[in-house]
Amino acid sequence: MPFQTHTLPNGLEIVGETLPTSRSVGVGFYVRTGSRDETDAESGVSHFLEHMLFKGTPNRTALDVNLHFDRIGAKSNAYTEYESTVYYTAVLPEYLPDAVDILADILRPSLRQEDFDTEKQVILEEIGMYADMPPFDASDKARRIYFGDHPLGNSILGSTESITALTRDQMQAYFDRRYAAGNILVATAGPIDWAGFVDLIGTKCGHWNAGRPGRARLEAARPVIGSHAIHKDNVNQEHVMVMAPGPAVEDAERYAADVLATIVGDDTGSRFYWELTHTGTVETSGFGIDTNQANGTLGGYFSCDPEDAVENLRIVRRILGEVQSKGVTAEELAVAKSKIASRLVRRNERPMGRMGAVAAAWMNNREYDDIDTELGRYEAVTIHSIRNLLERFPIDRPTVVSYGPLASVE
Amino acid sequence: MANTVFSHTLPNGLVLLAEPMDFVRSAAVHVLIPAGCAHEPAANAGLASAISEMINRGAGERDSEQLMLALDSLGVDHNVGPGLLNLFLSGSTIAKNLPAALELFADIILRPRMPADELDAVQAQMLQDLQGLEDSPQEQVMLELQSRYYPPPLNKDRYGTEASIAGLTIEKMRFYHRKHFRPNGTILSVAGRIDWPRLKAQVERLFGDWPRGEETPLAIVDSHIPRSGHIAKDKQQTQITFAFPSVAVTHPSYFAARGAVGVLSSGMSSRLFTEVREKRGLCYSVYASHEGMKDRGTIVGYSGTRPERAQETLDVMLAEFARLRDGVQQDEIDRTKAGLKTSLIMQQESTSSRAGAIARDWYYLNRVRSFDEIQSEIDGLTPKKVVDYVEEFPFRDPTIVTLGPNALTIPN
Repeated sequence: MPFQTHTLPNGLEIVGETLPTSRSVGVGFYVRTGSRDETDAESGVSHFLEHMLFKGTPNRTALDVNLHFDRIGAKSNAYTEYESTVYYTAVLPEYLPDAVDILADILRPSLRQEDFDTEKQVILEEIGMYADMPPFDASDKARRIYFGDHPLGNSILGSTESITALTRDQMQAYFDRRYAAGNILVATAGPIDWAGFVDLIGTKCGHWNAGRPGRARLEAARPVIGSHAIHKDNVNQEHVMVMAPGPAVEDAERYAADVLATIVGDDTGSRFYWELTHTGTVETSGFGIDTNQANGTLGGYFSCDPEDAVENLRIVRRILGEVQSKGVTAEELAVAKSKIASRLVRRNERPMGRMGAVAAAWMNNREYDDIDTELGRYEAVTIHSIRNLLERFPIDRPTVVSYGPLASVE
Repeated sequence: MANTVFSHTLPNGLVLLAEPMDFVRSAAVHVLIPAGCAHEPAANAGLASAISEMINRGAGERDSEQLMLALDSLGVDHNVGPGLLNLFLSGSTIAKNLPAALELFADIILRPRMPADELDAVQAQMLQDLQGLEDSPQEQVMLELQSRYYPPPLNKDRYGTEASIAGLTIEKMRFYHRKHFRPNGTILSVAGRIDWPRLKAQVERLFGDWPRGEETPLAIVDSHIPRSGHIAKDKQQTQITFAFPSVAVTHPSYFAARGAVGVLSSGMSSRLFTEVREKRGLCYSVYASHEGMKDRGTIVGYSGTRPERAQETLDVMLAEFARLRDGVQQDEIDRTKAGLKTSLIMQQESTSSRAGAIARDWYYLNRVRSFDEIQSEIDGLTPKKVVDYVEEFPFRDPTIVTLGPNALTIPN
């Protein structure tokens, strides 16, 4: 069995998959915290904190952190999501101990005031950058509308106002609350010696404070329905999103939902493709599933010349209505499964891909699936299971949010 | 680490390359065809884009829907796009589906139907893309830089204009296809779990009858003078880009140029990231990169920042580029080398990365470099080599293009 798991006395979990023939190794620290765990006054703190972890520890200055990663040729990065914050690196196997030494160290940051003030400017630049990218800004604002007061509608970046007002002490308090050992998972994939890896993590992280803070509002959202318009004068294209509830990350029907989303809105050969992209009436279109704890969302998107937006939305509603009433065909099902299988196999050929898959399965469901088991779960989806999914989660009455020059798309 | 790359040139000139990777379950294909948008007649800008879209809309025995269904059923994620010099097709899937995918690729390349009743849709799609560009300031400023910096026709982009898109016809596409899709100059590469003798026989069967075409060298305007400029836009950030000459991929100093770019921009401890972002907090994104062609190379700088800090950002960036001539430290070179080595080794874990890399190697060098050769080039980098390169190809007279609310002061 290439999969192994271990829990340290302080609650830190370690999972790993041994890939003897890989040329690199991935290692990641997955913290179960994100924008859904923020109060209004802390909006954007998870992501800002993610940046601050690279700004130094009692053992390393900010420049040291960067120098030490670069000296071992590490490909490192971090990202913040709605319910997780992830710090990871890929290195050549001989550098794994150094990589763990740096990662474990930065997970206990100094959060120095001077660094906080400088990095705040970088965060404000990042907010400015995304504000100039309508697809991102549109999705961020649409989520807030759809989720109402549910914390899954919280913006990951926060706003210029919330970031400007945020203090170092607020960040420290958030860190102390959320970065306890029991809230962190270490994942690895590559040509590792498992016992040695567990020892290494124990040495570096065994002294971290215990605790498992949990999560408030662990319930499905009660989406705000209807049609909403965000008017933007200086945006050229109209961006339109449709959203409806879907299976959550722990729900076995997520596999059927993934297949359904591929049939409805994959880049090629999907219903959206044939009626929107192929005909040239949109710039881009797509349909997908977003799964989180206790809540899932099935969502579609298109961007187009504002003149075409009303008609395109009509087409989207018709497609969703047809799928809802008539289901999908056997041919569509077979094609979608073959696309998903091909992507799954290719994504999992790299250690980083495996690390992400192993970490997600364990974090979300305490499961371990090798590729063939995972492929089998998609293979098991039938027309009937998609029918059941649609009955539970109808897609034909979505919430609509438009973003762009139009006052309304209805 | 040793790697094997098979190569075989068909009598009509098509080059087939293959790298077996036995530890994977997938295979990837990459095809370069000498039909990039630099070859378009000026009045027909966008033609290469139109063809890239049109050749997917039915080929050989299959109409548009049948072709896409066939590709999707094989799990082929594929992409066709007009580069500047080459038009490329790429695709990857599970290895057992590769032979069937190659049959479809041969149809797409050799026997596209180019249905007249889909012309309107293709034109509409191109107009949507063109309009979408207005919502993508980073891409827009890069295209403006290319357009001002490079001599015609190397300064073209794939989009075309409203007028040129409206003027496209099926006849123009067919003519372009006949003229520029030719085996001599085309490179087809495969990486992954493959059987070389079978692959070679299949490619000979599929492409052996493709008749040679005439070479179509580009007439590059040598008298072109790059000019800096500003695009006024009401945006949250000001986009800053600049370009200046470096060396071609074929040049003996190419790796030294990569080393210079590495000191500026590889990793989080590089000079640009440290000085512009980490110390001053001026931006989220800042980088330098090397753009290589066969006959020339260019170094490009980029950052995006709020308008009130844009001038300082530009000034700090330019100062860092200029400071290279004052020397570089051994540790900086060692870090750049470590990063390059990791990238090289990780490339070996991805079939699509390898298929692309071996095709590009052949395009630039008429051969594929072994890992050992690249590794020894990386190992041979020294501070002196980088400084010698910088002295020979100094940072001067950058072409600077900005986009945002206000123009910046361009230093003399």
